[in-house]
Amino acid sequence: MDFKRFGFITLIIIVLFSVVVMVGQAKQPPLLIITSMLATTIAVATPLTLGALSGVFCERAGVVNIGIEGMMLSAAFFGWLGGIYMFQIYDMEAGISIALGVIFAILTGGLMALLHAVLSITFKVDQIIGGTVINILAVGLTGFLNRQLFFGKGSVFGGSVPSSPGVLPTIHIPIKELFSSVCGASTACLENVQAINRVFDQKPIALGAILLVFFSHYVLFNTRWGLRTRAVGEHPQAADTVGINVVKMRYANVIIGGMFAGLAGAYFTIESVPSFEPLLTNGRGFISLAAMIFGNWTPIGAWAAALVFGASQAMLINMQIFRDVIPPQWSFLQESYIVGLTPYILTMFILTGIIGKTTPPAADGVPYEK
Amino acid sequence: MSESQIVLEAKGVTKQFPGVLANDNVDFDLRKGEIHALLGENGAGKSTLMNLIYGLHHPDKGEVFVNGNHVAIHSPNDSIAAGIGMVHQHFMLIPVFTVAENVMLGDETTKRGSLDHLAVAAKITEISKQYGLDVDPNALVGPLPVGIQQRVEIVKTLYRNAEIVILDEPTAVLTPQEAEDLFRIMRDLTARGVSIIFITHKLKEVLAVADRITVMRAGRVINTVKPSETDSAQLANMMVGRQVILTVDKKDHEAAEEILKVEGLTVRDQRNLETVHNVSFTVRGGEVLGIAGVQGNGQTELSEALTGLRSPISGKVTISGKDLTGKPPRIITEAGLAHIPEDRQRHGLVLSYTVADNMALCDYYQIPFSVRGVIQPKALDENSRKLISAYDVRTPSPFVNAGKLSGGNQQKVIVARELSRNNVKLVVANQPTRGLDVGSIEYIHSEIIKMRDRGVAVLLISAELDEIMALSDRIAVMYRGQIVAIVDSKKTTREQLGLWMAGAHVEPA
Ligand SMILES: Nc1ncnc2c1ncn2[C@@H]1O[C@H](COP(=O)(O)OP(=O)(O)O)[C@@H](O)[C@H]1O
Ligand SMILES: [Mg+2]
Repeated sequence: MDFKRFGFITLIIIVLFSVVVMVGQAKQPPLLIITSMLATTIAVATPLTLGALSGVFCERAGVVNIGIEGMMLSAAFFGWLGGIYMFQIYDMEAGISIALGVIFAILTGGLMALLHAVLSITFKVDQIIGGTVINILAVGLTGFLNRQLFFGKGSVFGGSVPSSPGVLPTIHIPIKELFSSVCGASTACLENVQAINRVFDQKPIALGAILLVFFSHYVLFNTRWGLRTRAVGEHPQAADTVGINVVKMRYANVIIGGMFAGLAGAYFTIESVPSFEPLLTNGRGFISLAAMIFGNWTPIGAWAAALVFGASQAMLINMQIFRDVIPPQWSFLQESYIVGLTPYILTMFILTGIIGKTTPPAADGVPYEK
Repeated sequence: MSESQIVLEAKGVTKQFPGVLANDNVDFDLRKGEIHALLGENGAGKSTLMNLIYGLHHPDKGEVFVNGNHVAIHSPNDSIAAGIGMVHQHFMLIPVFTVAENVMLGDETTKRGSLDHLAVAAKITEISKQYGLDVDPNALVGPLPVGIQQRVEIVKTLYRNAEIVILDEPTAVLTPQEAEDLFRIMRDLTARGVSIIFITHKLKEVLAVADRITVMRAGRVINTVKPSETDSAQLANMMVGRQVILTVDKKDHEAAEEILKVEGLTVRDQRNLETVHNVSFTVRGGEVLGIAGVQGNGQTELSEALTGLRSPISGKVTISGKDLTGKPPRIITEAGLAHIPEDRQRHGLVLSYTVADNMALCDYYQIPFSVRGVIQPKALDENSRKLISAYDVRTPSPFVNAGKLSGGNQQKVIVARELSRNNVKLVVANQPTRGLDVGSIEYIHSEIIKMRDRGVAVLLISAELDEIMALSDRIAVMYRGQIVAIVDSKKTTREQLGLWMAGAHVEPA
């Protein structure tokens, strides 16, 4: 991550945070707003982070993946559906059903990626078309099954959505407990510690995504697997001549990427809210790709970029949270569609390359022919 | 040497590609510690034979023996395990990796799961010392000069303990001095018991370094000889299958008035780097100015700027006094330019168009090819039949797609189109014979000389020093975007040019 891009990312995040602090500060202390923004940013950046990691693995191995959106969507559906089946039909405990739901989501992502791999690696179909197939298939399949299973006449669940096993619990990181003694008797200090603690109290996929960012970065740049993955994405012939199986490496990485997208899907229906609606991913897969590009195809860079998008979404959400306290002259920000468009405008802006061009792997999107 | 043991033997190797029998029952052997040259024209099947031995392709028939034992080679893993290493014609290096990463790729050393860069660097340094192959393990490969990249490739094979090293056309990208250095390395290697297969199509080189020479033609082995028992002419005959004239027949030139004048030309490439700096020269009618230089020293951008494919940053280009700086190709063509581009498939032809259409690409919009904006198929047809017979283009008909022709015939289509136009004043020929067979090379050379004798100005850009020396009346040497010398071709030597090409600022003797 070069200096310019890192500077840009920091700048945008500061601007977005400042806007919320500015409109909310009349009634709320800035620290509370900032910690609330941080907590939301990390949470909502989760699917973008995982989606970007999905893209990084796939494209570092030389396969363009614009099907992340579809992989997320189908994983969100099947993960959620799997949880319901386990909970309602097989009478499993809620916790186990939820955990199995996450696994179903990951497997769904992997399976969709396998389809992409077969199309683009084995049959050398144009990878953009392959990805589009995945996206269309996901919309059609989830929409159709959703209707048939829950709303159709004589459908499995008899015309109504049964209650799902719920969502993943928040993991409490005991910062409050550890540091409250520092405050002594000061309640203001205690409140601050509590606010800071909220930033770290995230759900498992959100926390896991951050660990996966660093883990992926390490794997990609410091291990044999990573070296070989990057080699097949840069110059597959060269990899072939030193005895690396290009096809296998590409398959493996595309499928790993799909599993990341699957976990991103689980975020929507198993971590965030326990329900599914058609098209719920709403372009997040594509924004992930923008994050991947802006992050120069590196996990940490992509994560930083995902946080920018997360922050712009967090701004909207926090405007809603602080609805009552926003002074009337700022209230237009809540209603304005422009604000809602921020993530998309940012995407376009970033992809113009004004903030410096990034370089994709040299053989990205090129099928390997001997 | 002849007494030593055979380390590698290929027997009856046959490989059919769609439409070509690339290897036809080929036998080949290599003895311990020798340099065995494999000589043949482009397309003779040399690389194919090596790719089969190395496991990149699979033979239809035939067997490979290493140290007398039959080995089944299914992939490069098998050949690497058998002690075979190969430096490919097009380097197999990853530009964004360091030397150490490139060397270890596929055979990584790890320490608790992490790549052990230190151990690999130490081993590379050791190999460097042992064989005089100086490389910095931590340097990125992309920016390294090709000569050094080639060393990295050789280090790669030695890192895997190769005892048999295949070098596929290793000198194609080197200056004469770099080639000398490579030959020294090759001798060092053989002195330490490494056996080398050295592939080339350059006669001088095989006579200089080889212990034995095997000549291939059209997929077959013609003969294996010793350098002491043969000479250039005999080898050339074996390569081509008929008598070849190794020198171009060329009368003394009578240079006339100035046609092309280039003043202070500066050009940037697509990465916005200045690859041509302040270049000035002139070409007169009736002379060939050869531009020598190692590939990538600005020749591409220079020719693009002259032919209208790229706008220069500054400077001036005139043809017969007419300012054509930064003008579009059509204007320059109409002013009398004939352009034989460097990449014939991208800039010379529309591969999916017929030969007839390709032959009218420069003036299809003019009478007789177009009348009031409508293309006249009959005129195209007549024109192409005339050119096909005049320029000896081997094509089944004028209506096959240009992409279906062999490289030599594709080039002849371009030459026919460009040189047959009647107002040509200047020919810019960039690498006009790259990758062609000897027959086509002879033909294109004679056409270029014919233009010169007719009083046309010719700018010949080539990385093949022999071609430059054979055709040019004057020679300019390009190095890092500048013309470092312009000399009369009769008053210079290969060695002198080689030094200039390598950037040495030595005054002509
Ligand atoms: N992968 C391939 N597919 C189809 N034809 C090929 C392939 N590789 C080489 N050929 C053909 O086989 C012939 C021999 O090529 P090659 O071995 O590369 O020649 P050389 O190395 O002697 O110049 C040529 O006609 C070439 O076009
Ligand atoms: Mg070859």
